[in-house]
Amino acid sequence: MSPNQLGFYTLLKKEVMRFWSVLAQTVTAPVLTALLYLLVFAQALQGRVVTGYDGISYTQFLLPGLVMMTVLQNAFANTSSSLAQSKVNGNIVFLLMAPIGPVEMFLAYVGAALVRALLVALAMLAVAGPLVGLPIANPFALLAMFLLAGSALAVLGIIAGIVSTKFDHLAAFSNFIITPLSFLSGVFYSVHSLPPIWFTASHLNPFFYMIDGFRYGFFGHADVSIWLSLGWTAGFFVLMAVICLWMLFTGYKLRK
Amino acid sequence: MNTPTLRAGPPALEITGVRKAYGSVQALNGLDFDIRQGEFFGLLGPNGAGKSTLISIISGLIRADEGHVRVLGHDTVTDWRAARRTLGVVPQELVFDPFFKVVDLLRIQAGYYGCGREVWPWIDEMLERLELGNKRTAMMRSLSGGMKRRVLIAQALVHKPPVVILDEPTAGVDVELRRTLWRFMRDLHAKGTTVVLTTHYLEEAQEMCERIAIVDKGRLRIVETTEGLLNRHPFRFLTLKLADGAAMPAHLAELVTSVKGDALELKLDRERHPIASVFAGLKAAGIEIADVSTREPDLEDIFVELTAKPAPGVVS
Ligand SMILES: Nc1ncnc2c1ncn2[C@@H]1O[C@H](COP(=O)(O)OP(=O)(O)OP(=O)(O)O)[C@@H](O)[C@H]1O
Ligand SMILES: [Mg+2]
Repeated sequence: MSPNQLGFYTLLKKEVMRFWSVLAQTVTAPVLTALLYLLVFAQALQGRVVTGYDGISYTQFLLPGLVMMTVLQNAFANTSSSLAQSKVNGNIVFLLMAPIGPVEMFLAYVGAALVRALLVALAMLAVAGPLVGLPIANPFALLAMFLLAGSALAVLGIIAGIVSTKFDHLAAFSNFIITPLSFLSGVFYSVHSLPPIWFTASHLNPFFYMIDGFRYGFFGHADVSIWLSLGWTAGFFVLMAVICLWMLFTGYKLRK
Repeated sequence: MNTPTLRAGPPALEITGVRKAYGSVQALNGLDFDIRQGEFFGLLGPNGAGKSTLISIISGLIRADEGHVRVLGHDTVTDWRAARRTLGVVPQELVFDPFFKVVDLLRIQAGYYGCGREVWPWIDEMLERLELGNKRTAMMRSLSGGMKRRVLIAQALVHKPPVVILDEPTAGVDVELRRTLWRFMRDLHAKGTTVVLTTHYLEEAQEMCERIAIVDKGRLRIVETTEGLLNRHPFRFLTLKLADGAAMPAHLAELVTSVKGDALELKLDRERHPIASVFAGLKAAGIEIADVSTREPDLEDIFVELTAKPAPGVVS
């Protein structure tokens, strides 16, 4: 049967409108927070941290990681809060009754999350990029890492939104998964400066590869090979997508 | 009240062997019936009978444990896209997205169904007809309960579905608005839409519906034309006030079904207890009648009879 293109496009537009109507909360606030991190950490640690990158200052090292971390958090927040909200309000029935299929729903939610993540990333780079003086070594790697990592977290957000029956559950997802993984991912330091056990642990954290690969896009080199980062990020995305599509196709927790 | 319309093609709704349990609660216990195209159909039953559960299964919100439903011939599981396009459902709960304006919400809903600008005039027409014209650009959260209910109705109809199900659309709605909704539903029906209505206002069902199903405890008790249902019971009710507060003679006392003040209501079988025989009995006992009135059975009497709880201790 033919897919419902207008249905997909409408849902995408609606999801964009949802965060657009509260841009101060959904874009401005996270950008400001991230820029404050940049300011504070750069002031405190500039010159004291060995980045492991020749000719790259700590502030330059820090910015790409912060941008990616903000992308990940906002991609996750957009899908998870939208779904959880419409479940709690009950208005999700209007979507579930409509002739919109699992794939269309998946793509629309992920698409809107990517739009928000892109806005956040561009705003951060526009404000801080010129001040810090960031090179761009490989735009394709940047784009690929942004799309794969942003989508993976958007999909994880859909899963969290489906599984959560209360806002508390969503907060738990955020506090016990997203925040620890993003802080233990080498945003603020090079993992080479870590004790061996943490060094090993970092290499099992998909967020580490997302950030490292994104950094590669700017500097042309990073802690691990870009292919390893792309592989981990793509693998994580596929895993999330399989789980999420399985949930959407079977109606897991959405259609009792 | 019109007579049921007959039309060619598949039934508007075909409900076959539908069962649904929530844990140990058997919400639907094997439902089988059809709703014909163009019918104005009433789905009645006491609280918890399973009406909303059935509607959720028809609309694809929940899955039946067994059985299946077809909407104009489209299976709601295997041919879900066509089934959902054909159907408009007004949910019982007053659910809404608080962050959108009324008109935007309706246009978004139309888009979900693959309908674009071509239905915008229809959306505006509905807003006028449902007396929401001045709330067009109001935020959903700023509307009163009755206004939200009307938006919900418009939302179900944005894509002009040939089959419409309204789950208690007139619950908690004032008299005037109820009339507006009745007119609106009648017009929809007159244009050929199949309308399925659930309500606890039985006079509303009696007035509006051509055919009625009564569901109780997840089972179909009866499905019958409204007229057939009303004629089904050969009863009539006789209300008497006896002069000087006299007591009813024993052989008539067993016919008394309710007492309101000094008014006694008797339920009489047309065949076995002609009214004249009651009068004769009273006369024989030397009792004078102070006042008398009769009443034909209405849907409520039939409903109560069909869904009455068995007396305690009686195994049903
Ligand atoms: N999500 C649910 N979880 C558990 N039980 C449920 C759920 N939804 C409905 N039920 C049970 O299923 C039965 C049928 O409920 P349903 O809402 O279909 O009744 P109804 O006929 O619509 O009643 P009402 O007239 O009060 O709206 C009830 O016993 C109800 O408690
Ligand atoms: Mg109900």
